[in-house]
Amino acid sequence: MLSADIQVVLPEMVLAIYAMIALLGAVYTVKDGAASLLVWITSGIFLVLALWIGASNGTHIAFGGTFVDDGFARFAKVVILISAAAILLMSEGYMSRHGLLRFEYPLLVALATVGMMVMVSAGDLMSLYMGLELQSLALYVVAALRRDSVKSTEAGLKYFVLGALSSGLLLYGASLTYGYAGTTVFSGIIEATRDGVSLGLLFGLVFMLAGFSFKVSAAPFHMWTPDVYEGSPTPVTAFFATAPKVAAMALFARVVHDAFGGVVGDWQQIVAFLSVVSMFLGAIAAIGQTNIKRLMAYSSIAHMGFALMGLAAGSAFGVQAMLIYMAIYVTMNVGTFAFILSMEKDGRVVTDIASLQMYSKREPLKALAMLVLMFSLAGVPPMVGFFGKFYVLRAAYEAGLGWLAVAGVVASVIGAFYYLRIVYYMYFGEDKEALDPGMSPVLWGFLMGSAVVMVVGVYNLFGIEPAAALAAASLVN
Amino acid sequence: METIILFAPLVGALICGFGWKIIGESAAQWTATGLLFLSAFFSWIVFLSHDGVTESITVLRWIESGTLSTDWGIRLDRLTAIMLIVITTVSALVHLYSFGYMAHDDNFNEGESYRPRFFAYLSFFTFAMLMLVTSDNLIQMFFGWEGVGVASYLLIGFYYRKPSANAAAIKAFVVNRVGDFGFALGIFALYFLVDSVKFDDIFAAAPTLAETQLSFLWTEWNAANLVAFLLFIGAMGKSAQLFLHTWLPDAMEGPTPVSALIHAATMVTAGVFLVCRMSPVFEYAPETKTFIVYIGASTAFFAATVGLVQNDIKRVIAYSTCSQLGYMFVAAGVGVYSVAMFHLLTHAFFKAMLFLGAGSVIHGMHHEQDMRNYGGLRHKLPRTFWAMMIGTLAITGVGIPLLYLGFPVGFAGFVSKDAIIESAFAADAGYAFWMLVIAALMTSFYSWRLMFLTFYGKPRGDHHTHEHAHESPNVMTIPLAVLAVGAIFSGMVFYKPFFGSDESVGKFFGVLEASEHAEETDHAAGFTLIAPAYAAGEETDDHGEDGDHAAVSWPSEPGTGAIFKHPDNHVLHEAHGVPVWVKLSPFFAMLIGFGLAYQMYIRRPDWPAKLAENQRPLYEFLLNKWYFDEIYNFIFVRPAIGLGNLFWKRGDGNVIDGGINGLAMGIIPFFTRLAGRAQSGYMFTYVFWMVLGIALFLTWVTLSGSAE
Repeated sequence: MLSADIQVVLPEMVLAIYAMIALLGAVYTVKDGAASLLVWITSGIFLVLALWIGASNGTHIAFGGTFVDDGFARFAKVVILISAAAILLMSEGYMSRHGLLRFEYPLLVALATVGMMVMVSAGDLMSLYMGLELQSLALYVVAALRRDSVKSTEAGLKYFVLGALSSGLLLYGASLTYGYAGTTVFSGIIEATRDGVSLGLLFGLVFMLAGFSFKVSAAPFHMWTPDVYEGSPTPVTAFFATAPKVAAMALFARVVHDAFGGVVGDWQQIVAFLSVVSMFLGAIAAIGQTNIKRLMAYSSIAHMGFALMGLAAGSAFGVQAMLIYMAIYVTMNVGTFAFILSMEKDGRVVTDIASLQMYSKREPLKALAMLVLMFSLAGVPPMVGFFGKFYVLRAAYEAGLGWLAVAGVVASVIGAFYYLRIVYYMYFGEDKEALDPGMSPVLWGFLMGSAVVMVVGVYNLFGIEPAAALAAASLVN
Repeated sequence: METIILFAPLVGALICGFGWKIIGESAAQWTATGLLFLSAFFSWIVFLSHDGVTESITVLRWIESGTLSTDWGIRLDRLTAIMLIVITTVSALVHLYSFGYMAHDDNFNEGESYRPRFFAYLSFFTFAMLMLVTSDNLIQMFFGWEGVGVASYLLIGFYYRKPSANAAAIKAFVVNRVGDFGFALGIFALYFLVDSVKFDDIFAAAPTLAETQLSFLWTEWNAANLVAFLLFIGAMGKSAQLFLHTWLPDAMEGPTPVSALIHAATMVTAGVFLVCRMSPVFEYAPETKTFIVYIGASTAFFAATVGLVQNDIKRVIAYSTCSQLGYMFVAAGVGVYSVAMFHLLTHAFFKAMLFLGAGSVIHGMHHEQDMRNYGGLRHKLPRTFWAMMIGTLAITGVGIPLLYLGFPVGFAGFVSKDAIIESAFAADAGYAFWMLVIAALMTSFYSWRLMFLTFYGKPRGDHHTHEHAHESPNVMTIPLAVLAVGAIFSGMVFYKPFFGSDESVGKFFGVLEASEHAEETDHAAGFTLIAPAYAAGEETDDHGEDGDHAAVSWPSEPGTGAIFKHPDNHVLHEAHGVPVWVKLSPFFAMLIGFGLAYQMYIRRPDWPAKLAENQRPLYEFLLNKWYFDEIYNFIFVRPAIGLGNLFWKRGDGNVIDGGINGLAMGIIPFFTRLAGRAQSGYMFTYVFWMVLGIALFLTWVTLSGSAE
């Protein structure tokens, strides 16, 4: 039995054991000297695991239902692993230039990734919390990676304190659920709701939803996001904006469908509310931002609102739309952050969007790539970003949430403003001092690759549509 | 050959319009003109060699979408052949004429190139018109229909520096939109009913249309009547019939060759052509036919009354055109489509000639158009004078009544107009008959008035202009001479095929097979000189006469040949048997009109002014064209402008722009500031918001959750 269980969690175990061995090995040998190598090895392992997981199939349940390996989990894991690998590769140059490339960094990312993988595979409130906490603790540390910077430590501290609060809320919700359902296994919880649901169970659900909302930074649990994004080192921000969002969103979907799929009506309104508030807040608050990292924070809040819209549909198609949206969102963010990582003037990091004035004159190709990415983020057809929005809007509409779809369209129109402002600066602004020219080949590759995907992907979205449909089908029956 | 006829003008237009900078102005003009003469030459060959049997030529596949499928095809039957010669001949002559007329123009600056543009437009118009008449389906026809509309717009507004020309161009376009809307609805209805836009399918389905009911505008309609009515609305717009006629007089703002080609000979007759082409549908729509007769007769009368008092030489002819189109519609409305086409053909010759003659006068008089400033010009412009004289004799219908030499003897208009009046009487359309006779009287009056004012009497107006009045160059007078031949002889030559017996007409239009009427009774040939024979004789051809006057029966199902006649429609046959006084009435009307004009403008030139003084209200009423423009201005134009202003200034400016600007520059930034303030940087604020969110959700599930 045990060997069969271990077979199911083997990828997670491989990654966890690698992280621990590498940690010990590096501590006792060359320490930071191995950092660069570890970045590459970790990324390589991520990609190998992604291939491995992507190639397997079927639904496997391990450890008495606490761990589930199904199509949904695998889809999320592949996205998480690939995006984590991409961010790691992109961050290497930046980190070493700014003296931040410590050997713990890739290993903390690896541990966070283990946590995320456990999260999306959780079939029990216990494993859920374990995965979540593993992920969060690793992320608190990387947020404060620049120890001598006030902003970075402030970001880490804020994230930790608020994260602790959200973990508390989540745990409280979990214990309420356990108390009223009599079990922590999702399949047991859904069984308990079959003959009507008690108010205590719903309270438990609400508290847990609050915890997840914090993790996906949905309003009004989003307040940490701009501060942490701004304060953290840019590669860490990039990481925050991608893999953990996917993991938290997948966990969100897993719990509401696997454990509370019987009371869709009860959480649907809450998710719809979270969605609409996030979309509008992300769109409106970002207008006032001049710091591109804060701007991306609000942008991610708005995007999470759209992804939640798919979830609010409460249908298999809604989950599929959400997965497609998240995959597209991650791809766009990788490209955008590749560009942000290269924003420097006289060797110093610049985050003011005004520094992009007339960028197109000096770097026409990169400006064009950014234009494509910004259009895609704003959801301008025919970029791929438009199709992500199209899927979630359709899901909401088909689920009878027409008002939500309309609100989403209005919010995306408002949100288009700040993306277009960046484009405006690049193409029509006043000519001021320039950013440093040049860009590392890795960053350049990710920027261009992402931009090309945004245009070429229109053809068939690289086949993620059927994959997402398969994943959604395994979650929602 | 048909393809060359159709595309030569297009090629000419493209070369002339786009290539003149490369090949030079005059080469471009000659290319366009040469290609049109080629087209005209081929047209005559096609017309003369055509045996009446419908041919179809597919040029290319055009639209295929569901059951809607149309080829770009050429349908060559008698109607098409007639239109081909009319269009290409007049167009070729007008091209030639334009070399002289457009040589110098004060509306353009020195050195400005406007001539190639003019020729390109003319050729483009010709192409669109040919496409209209050669079409074998309604979609292609509509395309040509709109094409001529565009060409007309461009050419009316050719003097684009003149505000009045631009206004006239827009007016023509907009008024035509009203008609085109009806036409388009008619096409939609036919497609809806027949599931095809091809003529063959529509003709075959025509009898069933008559028995179909269709719901439109909350009312049940007979399908055939409704379709025919809608198509006729389109025809009314293009052919300037009453209520939609207002654009035609204003269209005279265009250069005179344009008026001759488009607004006299060809485009305005497209409506008549449409009704004749769709004769199978119209034959099953008796109520619509009655409506057409009333509209046509009223137009003929109305336009003639207005023509009596106009002073601009071109406007007189324009109203005359409008009036003559009314005649054609009466003929089509009573069901003698061949006669409508007959008048279309003869009218094209003499009206084009009158316009070109008027253009010659205007050219000679340095663009003076007011007839009150003419007078005594017959010595200065002898050739133009004779051309105009022939045109006037033709339009007023001068001929020898009751004389029959195998054909009636008279100018073109005499033959064709009398045919219409007799048909109207035979069809028991009393209103139409009397209106047309009165209109014939007035036609005669205003035509002679034009002649007398222009060419007789003493020179009036600017002394200097008269001294420098000169005859036009040969390029302008040769076309006049060619058209004169048509104006004199076309009526006599084509009498039989258009208004002969059922048999000869049927044969000509391909409705009857040539072999079907082999059993002709031999009869002594020779000229029957007296009235009874003319009245009763059922001429079959030059050599024989049917003894029993029996109408040869046409096919009772539509689809054969170019036109169709309902089995109950015997107007063509009966028109030959009308009483003598009916045959004489237009002749006497013409004589009275001539006499009045002679009295008032030659013998007592002071009478017109006195009469106008005595009958002030009537004179004003006519001079202001029955106040149609003023009424339309009040009912349609002013409210439309008001509505436009409302939408523009209030709707667009205040509501939309104001709303968007207010939202984008006021409300959203306000919320942005609010969100920025909420993001205080203090953790307790953040926690506060989170707790607030939880409290909200808990309240929510407590109040509206599904928990028991």
